[in-house]
Amino acid sequence: MKGRWQNSIHLIRPAAVFLAGLVLFLVVRVFVVPPTFGQFGHYRGAVLDEIRALPVKYAGQQACAACHEEETHLKSKGKHASVACETCHGPAAQHAEDPGSVRPGKPEETALCAGCHEMDAAKPKWFPQVNTKEHMAGMRCLECHPAHDPAP
Amino acid sequence: MGPVPGVEGFMYPNEVELQWSLLIVLYPYITGLVAGAFILASLERVFRVKAVKPTYRLALLTALAFLLVAPLPLQLHLGHPERSFAMFLTPHRSSAMAMFGFVYLWYLLVVLLAEIWLDYRADIVRMATVETGWRRWLYRVLTLGSMNVSEQARAVDERVGYWITIIGIPSAFLLHGYVGFIFGSVKANAWWSTPLMPIVFLFSAMVSGIAAVMLLYMAAMRLQGRKLDMLCLDTIARYLFYVFLIDFSLEMLDLVHRIYEADESFRSLDFMVHSRLWTSQVVVQILLGTCVPLLLLASVLLFRFSETARKHIYVVAGILTLVGIFAMRWNVVIGGQLFSKSYLGYTSYKLDFATREGLLPAIVLMLLPFAILWVLVKLLPPWKPEEEGRDGVCAVAS
Repeated sequence: MKGRWQNSIHLIRPAAVFLAGLVLFLVVRVFVVPPTFGQFGHYRGAVLDEIRALPVKYAGQQACAACHEEETHLKSKGKHASVACETCHGPAAQHAEDPGSVRPGKPEETALCAGCHEMDAAKPKWFPQVNTKEHMAGMRCLECHPAHDPAP
Repeated sequence: MGPVPGVEGFMYPNEVELQWSLLIVLYPYITGLVAGAFILASLERVFRVKAVKPTYRLALLTALAFLLVAPLPLQLHLGHPERSFAMFLTPHRSSAMAMFGFVYLWYLLVVLLAEIWLDYRADIVRMATVETGWRRWLYRVLTLGSMNVSEQARAVDERVGYWITIIGIPSAFLLHGYVGFIFGSVKANAWWSTPLMPIVFLFSAMVSGIAAVMLLYMAAMRLQGRKLDMLCLDTIARYLFYVFLIDFSLEMLDLVHRIYEADESFRSLDFMVHSRLWTSQVVVQILLGTCVPLLLLASVLLFRFSETARKHIYVVAGILTLVGIFAMRWNVVIGGQLFSKSYLGYTSYKLDFATREGLLPAIVLMLLPFAILWVLVKLLPPWKPEEEGRDGVCAVAS
């Protein structure tokens, strides 16, 4: 029995190496895995507070409508009714806070319009889409299509 | 040709560009070689096929060399290799892909390294005493401090090694079956989604691994100017034929099933096989990569050939087999992304050269296991010195 043990004892060495590796991994894990990981799901729980603490960039449709009644009314009857103001005008939270000194940037209209209306075979047939190079013929989009009520 | 280059018919916008590139073709190819090489090694160890003994250690080292490279295509494809450690730190148990790390580690540490260490222990201890300089230190570290290589200790090693191999067989099945599962479980993709996928991957893995070790054995013997053990070679070729036959039957079963079932995806997939995949699937994979090697291997069983003729047949059959299995991986990975989920359009794959996922890194990744194997063979010669001169089983001059 003693001889058998002596001739098997070398097997403990690789097992000890594996075990040492495992222990090292578990120790590293304690320091590396964020404490709030898994609090709500397979992500770091504290990230929710961090995201909440980020500055708000978008004011939201209601904030725009409070001052820009005319444009809101015009848009609500047109084909862009479902497009939010800030989709084209960009994030406007700062403008809503301080309308006098912060003004939203003016959108670059050709690129902006083409973003949705450039011809693409993957889009549904009913969606208005043009080959901008052929369609524009040196003109600007807004010359024919007022953005708040673009039809036709 | 539609307005988008390389696209015919209707593709959804996110289907035009292939996300899984040549590197993702390499990944199942390399893991397949690992699993196949290990299964060949287990033939001798567990199933007592003594004729293949000269390739036992070479097969283990081949499996290790390829296993070390197996995750690299994934790392290169995804970028940010340091993030892969996170899958160990915070394991996601419901993701098959995230579980790969554990399957890989299990196979590397518990199966391959343990088995290689146990089998080589006597040689390592011997070399720790006869070698000099840094090699002596390396072998001393590898002994893990135990110099006991008495007959009884070796008997214990043999018994434990046997059990590790027994655990290793389902582990090898798990390693490569898992890769097949990754593809087979994508229910949105009609080209991949079949429960046969893991088992087809498994058998094709065995085929490629056995063919690779057969060729490596022939190359190693030739490089050293030693005589080949023809009994060993004939036995490997016979097993290659049997496993290949099962693999081919499974793939044809899948094909026949698809043709007979002819579900809503069939017309689209059938068109793809007859157009964009014709060369890689029908010509390279099925005809050149499967039918020809199967006929060659069958001819050796049916007719009497001279030793030289058999060697030539094995080389040609082995190379064609490896090309065919690579084509199979290509057709699964790339083929599955060439058609639209709408079944109304097809895109094409443009292979770059010197980019992160181009042909050049793929070639380097494919050569890397051979470089690792060369180092491993130098450090741990697969052929024992005491067998020198016996039927071509020889020591590696180191």
